Amino acid sequence: MTWIQKTKILVAALALMFWNMASAQEDEKGYVSGNFQVDGQTYRKDSLTGAEDVPEQMLINAFGNLRYTYGKLTAGLRFEAYLNTLQGISKNYDGTGIPYKYFTYRNEELEFTVGNFYEQFGTGVSLRAYEDKMLGIDNAFEGVLTRYNPVQGIFLKGLVGKQRNYFSLGPGIVRGIDGEMNLNETFRLDSLTTQIIIGGSFVSKYQPDRNPTLILPENVSLAASRLNLQHNGFSLQTEYAYKINDPSADNLNNYQPGQVLISDLSYNTSHYGVLVGFKWINNMSFRSDRAAQENQLLINYLPSITRNHVYSLAAMYPYATQLNGEAGVKGEIFYRFQRETFLGGKYGTLVTISYSRVNNIDTTNLPMWDSVHPHPDHYKTKFLSVGDTRYFEDFAIEIQKKISPNLNSTWQLQYTAYNKKVLEGKDGMIEALIAIADITYKFRPQHSLRTEFQYLNTKQDHGDWFSGTLEYTVSPHFFVAIVDQYNFGNPEADRQLHYYMVRGGYTRGANRIQVGYGRQRMGVICIGGVCRIVPASTGFNFSISSTF
Amino acid sequence: MKRHIFFVIAAIGLSIVAFGQRLPNVELKTLQGKILSTSSIENNGKPILISFWATFCKPCIKELNALNDNYPDWKKETGVRIIAVSTDDSRSMARVAPFVASNGWTFDVYCDPNSDFKRAMNVVNIPHMFLIDGKGNIVWQHNSYVDGDEVVIYQKIKELIK
Repeated sequence: MTWIQKTKILVAALALMFWNMASAQEDEKGYVSGNFQVDGQTYRKDSLTGAEDVPEQMLINAFGNLRYTYGKLTAGLRFEAYLNTLQGISKNYDGTGIPYKYFTYRNEELEFTVGNFYEQFGTGVSLRAYEDKMLGIDNAFEGVLTRYNPVQGIFLKGLVGKQRNYFSLGPGIVRGIDGEMNLNETFRLDSLTTQIIIGGSFVSKYQPDRNPTLILPENVSLAASRLNLQHNGFSLQTEYAYKINDPSADNLNNYQPGQVLISDLSYNTSHYGVLVGFKWINNMSFRSDRAAQENQLLINYLPSITRNHVYSLAAMYPYATQLNGEAGVKGEIFYRFQRETFLGGKYGTLVTISYSRVNNIDTTNLPMWDSVHPHPDHYKTKFLSVGDTRYFEDFAIEIQKKISPNLNSTWQLQYTAYNKKVLEGKDGMIEALIAIADITYKFRPQHSLRTEFQYLNTKQDHGDWFSGTLEYTVSPHFFVAIVDQYNFGNPEADRQLHYYMVRGGYTRGANRIQVGYGRQRMGVICIGGVCRIVPASTGFNFSISSTF
Repeated sequence: MKRHIFFVIAAIGLSIVAFGQRLPNVELKTLQGKILSTSSIENNGKPILISFWATFCKPCIKELNALNDNYPDWKKETGVRIIAVSTDDSRSMARVAPFVASNGWTFDVYCDPNSDFKRAMNVVNIPHMFLIDGKGNIVWQHNSYVDGDEVVIYQKIKELIK
């Protein structure tokens, strides 16, 4: 081909491109979007805190999502790299891969996905696939998902797939269907002041039985039903699920069926709200591999009934849902004292009082089957029974008060009881009192200083803690912070350590970079009652993220 | 020749691809538990501000309080509609309605209990805010919140309606 021919083709192509650009309507265009995040940390040996160094010196977790949308079609993928995995997240992630890739078609009533997907039925007690990078959880399905909205107010879903297990798939096949009906919408009950939504789901898993001694059920099914009622500010949401016998590593091959009942009732009006709830679980661990442990291959999600605390010392003893059995209650009052009242002052005062308690369920052990084998049901229990052992209790009062246009404050008092013996298998009951003051002063409209003081008092575990934070922010780009957590009450004098951390960050639009240096205490991070243990570490850390 | 055909195809492909985001079509829940499609979110051609938050995220609550304080003025001057999307999962989703009531927030609040919308919008961390023009295009976004960010947010809304 001569250079003239080449030029002709080039010109034709460019002309075509510009013509296309000019003529393409907005909804005819394809859109590319995505995000990425890189988190890294160096590890230094610290004999005082027990922090270990790592042979790699630095560990990095990273991921990037790419999403392409063209009209009703969406396709996307996520690349992940763990080189090698940050401490506290399972080392089974070490390596790289594209564990998430999918193709979705969606019109007004139908949605169809092939590839990897996340999904939740109801509150998740029957099925929930989700990801949480902080926890190292990703139980996405690989398979097929359809959602169908045939008439107004009726929503149907069906799926089949295997679940992600690090960079491979678990052995079990999961099949599920779910239906929800909004009676008011379907039957056009516009004049009715009560809104009624009902729903139900059926989930079944298949895993071959290769156990030489036990006869294990290869297909295990779970059925759930739910109700949502709304009436003049009152709201009731409840879901019940029943699972047939599912002997597993979690329940030590217990053959009895599992049950869960979860309920939330709330009332709210213009300046206050009240919430009460309870939960009862027996033998409800449900995974697509009976041998799976920790946070792997969970099919369902049993949310914790306890409050998710914001402040670090308030969250020192977080609660993890006991999949094998627990009974819990909670209550919470949110009240705003209006402006220009005695307790409200000039700007109003917001008070939140919360309480939660979790006990064991009442069980009676069944006699041994023979001299070696336990009874297949292990124990018997009555539905909604409550045992005498306290697993966790938490009471907190939080007051948010704006003192002047430039001065804002939050105050919190809290009591927490944490049964370490049951929840972690060591020591005994820990009781702690926690006091917090969080004060922000605005120097100028875009410059402010936040100070945070926290004090935790306990006679058990590591004794008393104090935490202080100074954070200076310049909107919209910068922040610097110094945090010191001081374990001054540790019964071992040489463990009375300062866990200091210096952090700084720069944000521009949806790009964010953060760097820090310091010591991290050993602790537990929990989200939604699912927890992971973070070992003590000392070193330099950074995080870069962006959405585009 | 093959290379040139590839070039032509690539040129056509690129010409119909734009970098950027539009409002994706996924399902949310209202505070009353009703299913709502994000494709039905609109504001008569005026700007929309969508903020992702959670009841356990302190900076998110600060941001929404600041937006709420300014909302009556902003609405009057720019016609902007604010939507707060709670990413609380079923553990704390029941807290959202009483939480919103006691805070006296006057904007719409929807729930995204399994983070479907959050994922479709490529949100990494909350708080994360999107400014959307009258045609459903995302024209500006901002991650994190520090005191005073509302000044910039308002500037961006004003620039959009110019």
